[in-house]
Amino acid sequence: MTGRLRWRKFVSNFMLAMTGVCAFVSVLVLFFILGYLVFNGGTSINWDFFTKLPKPVGEAGGGMANAIVGSGKILLLASLMGVPIGFLGGIYLAEFSGKGMASVVRYAADLLNGVPSIVIGIFAYSLVVLPFKHFSAYAGAFALGIMMIPITLRSTEEFLKSVPRMLREGAMALGASKWKTIASVIVPAAYRGILTAILLALARVAGETAPLLFTAFGNRFESHGWSQPTATLPVMIYTYAVSPYDDWHRQAWAAGLVLLGLVLIINILARTILSRGFAIPRS
Amino acid sequence: MQASAKPEFSVNIVTNLTTPTGRETAAALPLRMTISKVNFFYGPKQILFDIGMGIADKRVTALIGPSGCGKSTLLRTLNRMHETVNTSRLEGEILLDGQNILAQDVTALRRRIGMVFQRPNPFPKSIFDNVAYGLRINGYKGSLADTVEKSLRHAALWDEVKDHLHKSAYELSGGQQQRLCIARALAVEPEVLLMDEPCSALDPISTAKIEELMVELKNLTTIVIVTHNMQQAARVSDFTAFLLMGQIIEFSPTPHLFTTPSDPRTEAYITGRFG
Amino acid sequence: MATTTTALKGAGPVTGSRSFFAKLRDGDEIARLITLIFATTVVLITAALVWELWVNSALPREKFGFHFFVTSVWDPIMDQYGALPFIYGTMVTSAVALIIAVPLGIGAAIFLAELAPPRVSDTLQFFIDLLAAVPSVIYGLLGVFIIVPVMRTVIYPALNKPFGYLPIFKGPSYGVGFLTAGIVLAIMVIPYIISVSREVLLSVPRDQREAALALGSTRWESTWKVVVPFAKTGIMGSIFLALARALGETMAVTMVIGNTPKIAASLFAPGYSIAAVIANEFTEATGDLYLQALIALGLVLFLLTFILNGLARLLIVVTTQKGSEVGG
Repeated sequence: MTGRLRWRKFVSNFMLAMTGVCAFVSVLVLFFILGYLVFNGGTSINWDFFTKLPKPVGEAGGGMANAIVGSGKILLLASLMGVPIGFLGGIYLAEFSGKGMASVVRYAADLLNGVPSIVIGIFAYSLVVLPFKHFSAYAGAFALGIMMIPITLRSTEEFLKSVPRMLREGAMALGASKWKTIASVIVPAAYRGILTAILLALARVAGETAPLLFTAFGNRFESHGWSQPTATLPVMIYTYAVSPYDDWHRQAWAAGLVLLGLVLIINILARTILSRGFAIPRS
Repeated sequence: MQASAKPEFSVNIVTNLTTPTGRETAAALPLRMTISKVNFFYGPKQILFDIGMGIADKRVTALIGPSGCGKSTLLRTLNRMHETVNTSRLEGEILLDGQNILAQDVTALRRRIGMVFQRPNPFPKSIFDNVAYGLRINGYKGSLADTVEKSLRHAALWDEVKDHLHKSAYELSGGQQQRLCIARALAVEPEVLLMDEPCSALDPISTAKIEELMVELKNLTTIVIVTHNMQQAARVSDFTAFLLMGQIIEFSPTPHLFTTPSDPRTEAYITGRFG
Repeated sequence: MATTTTALKGAGPVTGSRSFFAKLRDGDEIARLITLIFATTVVLITAALVWELWVNSALPREKFGFHFFVTSVWDPIMDQYGALPFIYGTMVTSAVALIIAVPLGIGAAIFLAELAPPRVSDTLQFFIDLLAAVPSVIYGLLGVFIIVPVMRTVIYPALNKPFGYLPIFKGPSYGVGFLTAGIVLAIMVIPYIISVSREVLLSVPRDQREAALALGSTRWESTWKVVVPFAKTGIMGSIFLALARALGETMAVTMVIGNTPKIAASLFAPGYSIAAVIANEFTEATGDLYLQALIALGLVLFLLTFILNGLARLLIVVTTQKGSEVGG
């Protein structure tokens, strides 16, 4: 073998090994994050964390019960707002629309998808906070709901379209009207894909902080109803992390672990169990 | 870059090599490559069974047979291209100039055995850079421009592209792209050129041009071609091997195989009764 | 052959459009209308978003005009607002993020697409997709408690001692700053580069690589000189996508950038980004001009990401189409 060839083969093996290093380092980051959260936050997770309200500044102890409930409330309302719009809009694109309208709607959805979440927060602020002159849970839900629309819409459209023609034609041949066909045959055939997409969208907005900063804002106490400022897990993490108190740092780690755990579990479930056999929508 | 010594052996190595009287046979010609006792597997499935044949130097050898007979698979073993698939396994011996190709460095081997593919596949580079690619990676010290011109002339493409060498290869027509791929392969002066159904994606005029080319190219290099077009094999090749279900049924000089085939299966195939 | 016309009782062409109310009785028309309304809502929301951003940033537009973009003074007390420090900070942190993330990401994508067996490639891609799902605030946590100290104790001395004469490495470090934010952003955008580049590389036709190998290339040469150039446009698309994400990232950045509206050459200096200043000062903004200046920054951010995302999509589509046309 000539020297030159030996050098080329060395370079080849070296560079390919380097790409392997890049790949493993990237994946290792995930485990590093998880590990650190478990290490730092694991010990702080206790019953108090889930059930107690935050203590006054400077006092140790307390928990994040209000934030957990608040996140739950807001996410529920956000889903109720965003999912129907995305789902029914997706049905329109897949089943009823002409080419022109379809491209407009798709373009709008793609545009919305790319908007930074803080800008969505500004929008929700000007539409829901400003007129009513106070922060509220439904303002936060509005912001997060908007963020759920594009993924839900595109996935619904894709999965409905991928239902085999045979199924549709079978139903219609039996005399079913279009909407009956959709409701009883097509949607059930596509529901797993759509559900996966909705769960992934939910996981994504569950972790969002920026759009909540000036919509739901935050609350040291429980918030009743929907029109009060509401504490949420991500915002609490942020507030505690940048504070000067060690105890709050400790709680931030714990909250981070809970939040990440939730997000990852939803992701893993959606990506493995629910979606066996078809491709995941890439956001 | 050519081996300076002519291959010294001329061996009748296959039991099914027919030797008609008075005509040129592979047994009398120097062989550039010899294939013996080759069995090939993809995982558990065997594709080639006990293959043995010789590739005559500076001649065109054609591999024909119905779809799935293994002719492309056999071709790809000659430059060890089968190794890009993890589950492939080759048993037996393939010699180039008397040396087992399986024991050599594969990168060095592939420079000596070139390949033209079924669909034209020029790189996303200019015409010039496509032809110069092989030269550059091998650290060619001579004049790139001269060698590129020489290769393009050999591929009968020079006149059509000489003023457009820096244009993208994708601006050429299908037939031109394939000739570019031939030029690219020729640039590194391979000892053997493998062509895997090189005209199957082309129109008749481009096909005719490339067939003309092959007859001239054998002065430069030994050619092995896989084709599903029997008339093409009859037109351009000196020796033809007929494969069926992974085995060589018959291997003989082309005129003999097509006019007086020895095996009834060969006759059935070339008269169009199957395949 | 005689032609017979047979009149079938009751047969005949279906008469043209029925009245609106007749159609309404038919469930299909209702379904169409309802879904149409929801689909239109999506468009309306998007339009409303752009509208609100534009209308609610009118004051600074009137008062400062174009100067808004080139002034580096951000003084709420004097009611003087200039966007330059934030534009600068956003650009610098994004640039640092890309410089780190692009080589790592493309390298990883090459490994996943060209080298790794399919099962390994899919498994690793799964983990990378999970990485993309980690919330921004969690990256912020890690940034504050891990990267900031590491910056102060390890990275800063390693770069400042030997290279401190260079303007980008001058000055003291408090742990936070452009470089720290850039590093955190890099970690956040790597998954996007990897995912898209991997897909794009996988779509390059097999016989491109085989042609390169058949000419006597090493595996690296065939990958780097042929496959990657073939996928070049799509990889560029992935970079634009990553950049669009980096621009809009809020929480992680605001937790580690130092929140100082100043332009500084040194990477160790504290700074500010568009998203970070909006996050920090929005609820404190007194007076309409202040608030609208922040909204104007939001509009800038929106436009930037809009352009980048559009370009990215175009580039990615072009490449995956090219793969299915050329060769086979």
